[in-house]
Amino acid sequence: MTATLPATRRLYRRPDLGRLGGVVSGIAEHTGLRRRTIALMFLVLTAAGIGVALYAAYWIVLPVPPGLPSTRRDLPTWLEYLLVAVVLAVVTGIVIWQGLGGGYFIPTLLAVVGGAFIWRQASDPSSRLTSDVARARLAIGAVLVISGGAIVLGGADFSAVRDGLLAMLVTVIGIALLTGPWWIGLVSQLGRERAERIRSQERADIAAHLHDSVLQTLALIQRNADSPREVARLARGQERELRDLLYGTRTTSGQLADELRSVVAEIEDAYAIAVDVVMVGDAVLDERLSAAVAAAREAVVNAAKHAAVTSVSLYAEAEAEAVSIFVRDRGVGFDPASVADDRQGLRGSIVGRVERYGGTARIRSAPAEGTEVMIRMPTERRTRSEQ
Amino acid sequence: MTTVYLVDDHAMFRSGVRAELGTRLTVVGEAGTPAEAIAGIRSAEPDVVLLDVHMPDGGGLAVLRELVGTPTRFLALSVSDAAEDVIALIRAGARGYVTKTISAGDLADAVERVAAGDAVFSPRLAGFVLDAFRDAPAEPMADPDLDQLTPREREVLRLLARGYAYKEIARELFISIKTVETHASNVLRKLQMSSRHQLTRWAADRGI
Repeated sequence: MTATLPATRRLYRRPDLGRLGGVVSGIAEHTGLRRRTIALMFLVLTAAGIGVALYAAYWIVLPVPPGLPSTRRDLPTWLEYLLVAVVLAVVTGIVIWQGLGGGYFIPTLLAVVGGAFIWRQASDPSSRLTSDVARARLAIGAVLVISGGAIVLGGADFSAVRDGLLAMLVTVIGIALLTGPWWIGLVSQLGRERAERIRSQERADIAAHLHDSVLQTLALIQRNADSPREVARLARGQERELRDLLYGTRTTSGQLADELRSVVAEIEDAYAIAVDVVMVGDAVLDERLSAAVAAAREAVVNAAKHAAVTSVSLYAEAEAEAVSIFVRDRGVGFDPASVADDRQGLRGSIVGRVERYGGTARIRSAPAEGTEVMIRMPTERRTRSEQ
Repeated sequence: MTTVYLVDDHAMFRSGVRAELGTRLTVVGEAGTPAEAIAGIRSAEPDVVLLDVHMPDGGGLAVLRELVGTPTRFLALSVSDAAEDVIALIRAGARGYVTKTISAGDLADAVERVAAGDAVFSPRLAGFVLDAFRDAPAEPMADPDLDQLTPREREVLRLLARGYAYKEIARELFISIKTVETHASNVLRKLQMSSRHQLTRWAADRGI
């Protein structure tokens, strides 16, 4: 969990290190102070009347680091309750002994417990006020701290405090007014710089991409200038790649459209031919659709080899009940009746392959009229409902 | 002879098209920027403008917006395959859209077709339209006549997407070429007027 989050130092209770509850060890580890120093501070606070309560509050509130066996599992439940009861008894005793109105004990206790709540919440980077528990924790902490402060203020000479606060408020507003424009300028300048940085980053990305692709291809084209076929192949491949970059053919892998495009790209490269693909809809590729794509591939390859054309059009439409693929060229064409039986391409690779999966394939051609291969593959849902 | 005006920011491309179309059509002028094009088309009054989509200073869309309503008809011509470019130009009033990979003969055919008031659908544009009108819209249709295609229109579009010419479509469906043209014009009108969510979203992205 922490792998993706910035490393935050969290305050834990370390029962594995400490002798009592691990509070002292935990704080020592978090602050980097010695354990002895922390323990001494608790002792001093105990003398002042709040050390025990403070320790108890920390013990209740602080979490045990993940991966460590919780002490709660080690301690029997009755012992836990007993400890809580003892702590409560001690606290109550102190309260009664000191008297309710006197001293700063209660406000300090409230503030400390509230602070512990807030501290714990703030140091937990994974739950930023998203859960109800987190919000409740924060609210309880805030209420405790504020009521502690209120009790102190209520007991103190309020008019002096009020004057002090007022003076401070006036000063703060004055400073804000004086330096406000400067701050605003600074913030907007930061925003501008950030936008500029993003822009130049994008420019650098595009430059890098153009260098890797377009410049390389142009160099290859110059070297192959005497071979029109090779030049056409290189240019078409580069065109396809740039189109993807600029207009982002929005296809996802494992889908019919994606598979068709990659199959077509491969044929374009191998046979130096342009295939115009038009797709309507899309479908998840299963083994039946893979067979349809393989048959379509064979049809495009046939056109590239025999039709004597420079471009072939492929239209595929995915509907709820079937996927249709049409491969059409305007080439020399042939008489389907005269095709020798040993020509595997048409019968086996196209018609046979599609029919094995319950689809149909038709080939329409006539000499000098071009050829069209029509493949229709019912979707799985459709066949199931027919059975 | 049909008169054509060329708008493209690449001079090389303009001269190429001029040479290719010169035998069948009269090229009455050309421009490399939208501003130049608007002034030039106003004075030359061509039958058809071959309009590049991507140009500096607003592109083909700026020209179309300025001159929509004049008798001149527009055929968009672009290297872009992006659906939003296609749809934006059509909704702004272009009578068709072809990509720059089109052959010279097909381009001349397309220009003449547009000059005659017909719509021109490249296979890719036909595919886009089928895609856009594919599903029943989620929200109730504002105008069912405009917001969906008839089965026959769908058939015609499918054949266009498969690379069939109007003549071949007519033969395939046992209808007249005139009927095919009517279907195509109706689809174009739906494309321009429909309030279908997908179309309006594409258009909204381009600020139409």
